Amino acid sequence: MTKKILPPLVALVVLLALWEVLVRALAVPAFLLPPPSAIAAAFGSDAGLGRALLTTAGAALVGFGLAATLGVLAAIALASSRWVERALYPYTVFLQTVPIVAIAPLLVIWFGPGLRAVAVAALIVAVFPVIANTLAGLRSVDPALRDLFRLYGASRFRTLYKLELPAALPQLVTGLRVASGLAVIGTIVGEFVAGFSDDAGLGIVILSAYRQLKTDVLFAAVVLAALLGLALFAAVDLAGHRLLRRWHPSEKGAP
Amino acid sequence: MATPGAAIGIRARGVRRVFPGAVTALDGVDLDVAPGELVAVLGPSGCGKSTLLRLLAGLDRPDGGTLELEGAAEPGALACVFQDAHLLPWRSVVANVALPLELARVARPERLRRARAAVEEVGLADAALRYPAELSGGMRMRVSLARAVVTRPRLLLLDEPFAALDEITRQRLDDQLRALHADRAMTVVFVTHSIAEAAYLADRALVLSSRPARVVVEHTLDLPRERTSRLRAEARFARELGVLMQGLERSGA
Ligand SMILES: Nc1ncnc2c1ncn2[C@@H]1O[C@H](COP(=O)(O)OP(=O)(O)OP(=O)(O)O)[C@@H](O)[C@H]1O
Ligand SMILES: [Mg+2]
Repeated sequence: MTKKILPPLVALVVLLALWEVLVRALAVPAFLLPPPSAIAAAFGSDAGLGRALLTTAGAALVGFGLAATLGVLAAIALASSRWVERALYPYTVFLQTVPIVAIAPLLVIWFGPGLRAVAVAALIVAVFPVIANTLAGLRSVDPALRDLFRLYGASRFRTLYKLELPAALPQLVTGLRVASGLAVIGTIVGEFVAGFSDDAGLGIVILSAYRQLKTDVLFAAVVLAALLGLALFAAVDLAGHRLLRRWHPSEKGAP
Repeated sequence: MATPGAAIGIRARGVRRVFPGAVTALDGVDLDVAPGELVAVLGPSGCGKSTLLRLLAGLDRPDGGTLELEGAAEPGALACVFQDAHLLPWRSVVANVALPLELARVARPERLRRARAAVEEVGLADAALRYPAELSGGMRMRVSLARAVVTRPRLLLLDEPFAALDEITRQRLDDQLRALHADRAMTVVFVTHSIAEAAYLADRALVLSSRPARVVVEHTLDLPRERTSRLRAEARFARELGVLMQGLERSGA
């Protein structure tokens, strides 16, 4: 364990020390690049970072939950027939290519500013990898196992939840891993455009810090957003590992 | 009309199966299997053995001819073992074996009891709670066999089930299969490309021609009911091997 954590930790400390020393030695103005000590101090300031983190985390979780649920349901629907897949799959690709900043105003009009519009923005950004990976998993079920279920007269629904969904689980978890990072990105971008409400999230804090040239607060907010993404990813990774540990080769010998 | 619980007989007349691209896999297959018989099906590679077995299992439909299974109405009356074990990797050994009962909506305590009994029957009681990824190939095949017999099927279809295993493991599984067959009212159709396995295992052997497959040789093995590994060294066993070998050569292999 220490072997895994120690090297990146050492690298981080060296980097931060170098940063601090260089910024001070070259007298870089704080609005351009604040030293790490100033950023650390910003966490304790009255910029409302704690509440903003909670707001953003809430929106990201809701967006991620929606992406997971709707993504899996969409994949099941697409997998139900080749015809449905051919008819609708191209439009799910659209979800991936649509610039979220461009449609965020529309989300505000439809859902009102704040949590709801922001969560939907996160959903739109995060849902595609869930759909694509789950669909691939559902499609790759061993045909002999399908035959086996048919032989024993299993209904379509039981085949789905006793065979297809468990068989797709490794790919589903991969999709969720990708979606966890994207959900946080989608939330921050969503907040830029749709997050103006009483409960300001990290996106709003970043915007106002930028307007006031409080670069130290800006950095602190970015660090929190990154940590939030990391935490969500780690949670999904751990859950996936626990689910797959006994049977899937990708998890053999993992911690 | 067969009574419930009795082994299933098979009657096929002129069965034909043509795949897209005008690949005729079976043409004019006539086949009679009496209830409770253990029949081996031999044939050159690619001749249509798996196709025939899928038709018998009802997983595919013939394009011509008639195929009747006497009294095979409800699910669970038929069971298949494929060339690979095809287990559900997310289920333990017992849970895999219990699957057919689960799909037949047998209550949980009952199905666990029967699954454990079947696991014991194939000699895997110690591994009952392990997962497929933690088993050897031979053990996985035995799980597959236990899963097939757990519903007490009246017709068991096996498609080269032990082909990938070493000779010793394979002989042990052959013995287990014969014991299972002797224990219950069950018809067995067994596809293999091994003449020795066919002779050792079966009451009767059928040889299919190369594609399109037809039954070209039917041979009732002149060997005692009780088969032990000593039999393999005896002259009459060698004689039976010779008969089947000739049949296979004539079939165009
Ligand atoms: N679903 C399918 N679609 C098209 N052709 C098929 C299909 N299944 C089998 N065939 C063809 O039918 C022929 C017989 O196939 P089959 O699998 O029954 O042979 P086999 O006797 O079981 O061979 P092996 O001993 O190698 O297992 C082959 O030429 C194969 O290409
Ligand atoms: Mg085959």
